[in-house]
Amino acid sequence: MISYLEFEKPVAALEARIAELRAASQGEDVDISAELKRLEAKSADLLVNTYKALTPWQKTQVARHPARPHFSDYVEMVFDDFVPLGGDRHFGEDEAILGGFATLRGRKIMLIGHEKGRDTQSRIRHNFGMGKPEGYRKAIRLMDIAGRFGLPVVTLVDTSGAFPGIEAEERGQAEAIARSTEACLALPTPMIATIVGEGGSGGAVALASAERVLMLEHAVYSVISPEGCASILWRTAEKAPQAAEAMKVTAQDLAELGVIDRIVGEPIGGAHRDAAATAQALGDALEEELDALSGKSAKQLRRIREDRFLRIGEHKPRREKRRSGT
Amino acid sequence: MSWLTRVRNSLPFLEKRETPDNLWVKCPGCSEMLFTREYEANLYVCPRCEHHGRIGADTRLGQILDPGYALLPAPEVREDPLKFRDSKRYADRLKQARANNAHPDAFTVAAGTIEGQKAVVGVQDFTFMGGSMGLAVGAAFVAGAERALEDKCGYVVVTAAGGARMQEGILSLMQMPKATVMTRRLKEAGLPYIVVLADPTTGGVTASYAMLGDVHIAEPGALIGFAGQRVIQETIREKLPEGFQRAEYLHEHGMVDMVVPRAEIRSTLAKLLHYMSPAEAA
Repeated sequence: MISYLEFEKPVAALEARIAELRAASQGEDVDISAELKRLEAKSADLLVNTYKALTPWQKTQVARHPARPHFSDYVEMVFDDFVPLGGDRHFGEDEAILGGFATLRGRKIMLIGHEKGRDTQSRIRHNFGMGKPEGYRKAIRLMDIAGRFGLPVVTLVDTSGAFPGIEAEERGQAEAIARSTEACLALPTPMIATIVGEGGSGGAVALASAERVLMLEHAVYSVISPEGCASILWRTAEKAPQAAEAMKVTAQDLAELGVIDRIVGEPIGGAHRDAAATAQALGDALEEELDALSGKSAKQLRRIREDRFLRIGEHKPRREKRRSGT
Repeated sequence: MSWLTRVRNSLPFLEKRETPDNLWVKCPGCSEMLFTREYEANLYVCPRCEHHGRIGADTRLGQILDPGYALLPAPEVREDPLKFRDSKRYADRLKQARANNAHPDAFTVAAGTIEGQKAVVGVQDFTFMGGSMGLAVGAAFVAGAERALEDKCGYVVVTAAGGARMQEGILSLMQMPKATVMTRRLKEAGLPYIVVLADPTTGGVTASYAMLGDVHIAEPGALIGFAGQRVIQETIREKLPEGFQRAEYLHEHGMVDMVVPRAEIRSTLAKLLHYMSPAEAA
């Protein structure tokens, strides 16, 4: 059962009609295959056209889609032999940020990312993907291990933001994020970050200060949520669609601004319609990027990473060739 | 300027009058009326309740550096890169902020000495669009760090900001890793990086260069945190504890080394720079 977004309603209506027809034709000898074919083609066209013209606000909704593949899905579909590691050795284990050793098509890596959870219970366990200081400190610990054992670091970013709560502040949320960013920049091994869903502010940057930053086609990445921006600048969260537009949150906009390096294509209708195809495309992209970075010295890698961030925003926007994995 | 003065000054037949309506100021802490000259002499700290008022870049630099310091030129950056517009155009907001400010953006850098110790000092000014961090703030922070590396001296940064400048979208967020590249370079060069956290320091500024100092000094009562208090309250739906996210609270939780009254910041910095002198390294 697909859960439809508001703007997908026309598609939903068509798909419901198709399902109805199918059910009705069961056991009857009326030939409706021509009608079915016509409706299916119409529905597919509509989906393609809807997704070709998504607004930044619609993309935000796709990026937050409850059925969108998450970290745990990618662990299953993209990587082998995942060995999860837990705890920051100071305070606790934060399941909003997961990580551990993993193998990507025969290559040993360190995998770190946000997990939002799927159902109510797991969402609570993973705190909706909102990391606490201990989560970021665990990430720092894993990056340190990766550096010492020559493992490239692959991060999958998917968070609405770091957790805004009393205990997070008490334990130094800001410091943990700053240090995690610093740990990314200090890595002697290659690092590739991919925004797979939402890239929410500092909580995302802390795992995305890499030399290569990828984004799934319908992911969003921003300094503040469109609702947050709207409620501050427009004084009402209802202006979120305008805020999303103005802030430039889509992969396509960010590639143009030079903030991300590559867009990983999603299946028609978004990643949630075909998780396996999305995983395939992500795996292909990560493999290519890691190939391209292999053989570079720690010094070269740090230099590439540093230059990348020192230069961002200083030049006129460049047009990035859009590459698609599907 | 009171409305009466405004009306009076707009009448061509009356002599224009500079009313001394800034003779008195109200303390934002205890609402006591203070004699402006006395308030200034006390470094904009209320003599009654010790509330530390927010101060501009030049005032701050003058309080920290020895006379004769040199301002660094503000780096050129792309302006309004997103052509952002909310209820107002960002370009107009910038123009307005500049009209009310001595500097072109919210971060000003100077090179000089602090009680004779060579230092580069960067000051974030809350009065300029809430001190918010965009391309200009990031570039100025980098320029200050580069100057410290060149002069082989310490880098002192006074932070005061609501966070990232939303009108520059993702580019403002990218200033976090950008600034962090420079704090790492200072560290590798064996140079001290000291942060003075002033009221308020929140958001992406706290979550990057404000929390990466070798030593953190906070001004009494300064609001310092990652998430805004309203956001936290909306998330947890509980009353926030007394003194939450204030300098003293951060000190208690190990996030700052010391809470230092404004009058002693200069001498404290001098002492720290003395102990962390790069010449002593290696």
